[in-house]
Amino acid sequence: MLLGENISMALASILANKMRAMLTMLGIIIGIGSVIAIRTVGNSVTESFNSSMSSMGATNIMVGVTQRETEAVKNDSGLEFRGRRDQKMPEEKDFIKDYMLDDLRKEFADRIDGVLLSENLASGKITIGRNSAKVRITGGNDDYLKGENLELLAGREIGDKAQKGGKAVALVSDYAVKKMFNTEEYDHAIGKRVQVVATGAFYDFTIVGVYKQGETGALFGGNEDRETTLYTTLGCVKGRSHIDGYPNITVAKKPEVSIDSKKLRSEIQIFFDRYYHTNRIFEVTTSSLESMLDQFTKLLGTISTGISVIAGIALLVGGIGVMNIMLVSISERTREIGTRKALGATNSSIRLQFIIEAMVLCLIGGIIGVIIGVSGGSLAAKLMEAEAHPSISSIIESVAFSMAIGLFFGYYPANKAAKMNPIDALTYE
Amino acid sequence: MDKRLIIDMNNIVKRYFIGKPNELEVLHGVNLKVYEGEFVAVVGPSGSGKSTLMNMIGALDLPTMGQYKLDGFDMFHAREDDLSAIRNKKIGFVFQTYNLIARMTALKNVELPMLYAGMGKRERNTRAKELLTMMGMGDRMQHTPDELSGGQKQRVAIARAMANDPAIILADEPTGALDSSTGRLIMDIFHKLNHEQGKTIVLITHSPELAEETQRVLTLHDGLIVSERKGTGKVAAG
Repeated sequence: MLLGENISMALASILANKMRAMLTMLGIIIGIGSVIAIRTVGNSVTESFNSSMSSMGATNIMVGVTQRETEAVKNDSGLEFRGRRDQKMPEEKDFIKDYMLDDLRKEFADRIDGVLLSENLASGKITIGRNSAKVRITGGNDDYLKGENLELLAGREIGDKAQKGGKAVALVSDYAVKKMFNTEEYDHAIGKRVQVVATGAFYDFTIVGVYKQGETGALFGGNEDRETTLYTTLGCVKGRSHIDGYPNITVAKKPEVSIDSKKLRSEIQIFFDRYYHTNRIFEVTTSSLESMLDQFTKLLGTISTGISVIAGIALLVGGIGVMNIMLVSISERTREIGTRKALGATNSSIRLQFIIEAMVLCLIGGIIGVIIGVSGGSLAAKLMEAEAHPSISSIIESVAFSMAIGLFFGYYPANKAAKMNPIDALTYE
Repeated sequence: MDKRLIIDMNNIVKRYFIGKPNELEVLHGVNLKVYEGEFVAVVGPSGSGKSTLMNMIGALDLPTMGQYKLDGFDMFHAREDDLSAIRNKKIGFVFQTYNLIARMTALKNVELPMLYAGMGKRERNTRAKELLTMMGMGDRMQHTPDELSGGQKQRVAIARAMANDPAIILADEPTGALDSSTGRLIMDIFHKLNHEQGKTIVLITHSPELAEETQRVLTLHDGLIVSERKGTGKVAAG
């Protein structure tokens, strides 16, 4: 018998019992919906991570001084454990020094664009008359400031000359300008000398530029007095802090795709190991956005597995529900089955009819699940500030899987219907 | 008679619960011959084996012993799918309770046997419309059974029985659920099909008056045909 006829018969009998069909489909809807939702979130976040990585040239490698894991030691009870027993912060002697960086630049000159260096000096307040703005003083080298991708609204960047001289010039946020000068004409701030009052110290700066502060802080700050960054030269900060070296640096890889960033990262690791192998407490570790993405993908994989297990249970329960409702439906329609057999339906055509009905039921549930999953997942992705990218392959998989559930759980009831004795079925009350 | 033999039953025995303590023999050796174009009635009280005989004639069940040829086809060797095909092509059932499929329109109900016969969509649609029009149901084709009266339902059922132009129409108490005037109407349809189209009809009924209208009346009692006589073949006056 024709497939189309079977499908339209199946739809007719599902529509005749809408409420019941809906309740039956619930398990399928929940199962498919949750899988699609988590896949949509995962896909969206991965996609946006990838696109931001390529747009930011963020194949940067982060290098930081961290405490070594201690050797495995046996404690009193004889249990072995491995870990940092006493948390220690690296001291100045452990920091990455300028001579290492000079070597680094020389050794990797062909593959790295620069080394991003920065240091936070202090947080404080600039007061002008009755107005004030909170700022955090960050000194950064040229590479660092370039990496910050600041959008200047007025003035100029901190130039090479200022960097070399370690001049006390500053880039402040538009937000800080509004706070200090009560104006949106940012040019007004250029050339002004300001004093940052921090705990026990004063720092003087000349404003040379105003940058646009992103809106990211607004979520948390609201109308409160926000602290924005005051960028100055690295030399200026170093001149005040008298700290030699850096606990963290960032190495910018040249954008050429031919340069293997994983290889570069491990070579940089080896490079620093040369300096730190004598240091018993601290070592240098490297990481990159790529490696973070790897970790994120792993985490997401774990979450997906967890949700898939739950979804699997929901689908199993849903499938059993479908089987149950098909058995009920077949028992209700015993006379119909008998009639069909009297009219010449073969066992296989009866079987096919009910299998298709179960499959259509599951397919509708699957489609509703996909719709709910995609919209739920997209919403979650939006909340995570990622562009929604539903995973097409998982949608196709889900639809196919829901039909497979229909086939699997519909077979037994359909076979039962097919094997009914026509006489008994016809006289069934 | 050199007419085609449609039903050829010889010494049909039907037993249920074979080998069990409650083994039951319902038919004890029935002989029945129905020729093409005949209108035959089978009467008998309930429990006489009427239904069992009808199931046997209708290929819904197979005899325990005996020979049965339906339109030349030996049922003895029939397998399940063969029986389906025989029911589909050779037999048109008309039931007391109509047995129309509730969710389907009259038209779709009539199309059903043709669907199982593998007929094309357009062809079966045309034929179903023709049959329903012939039954005077041309303006009710898109109605579902619950929108139809009993007489209308039975007319749809007769149209459905005629769908594959069967060798025999098997009517089991077709007027049993209808009032007498509607029942009369249905009987007239059977007479018309018999006279005008030469349809072979077997009517199973417990009503002696209806049986009298047919050409031959067989009385079944305790699983045996105990009498056979000619009917008037005419509709009683009034």
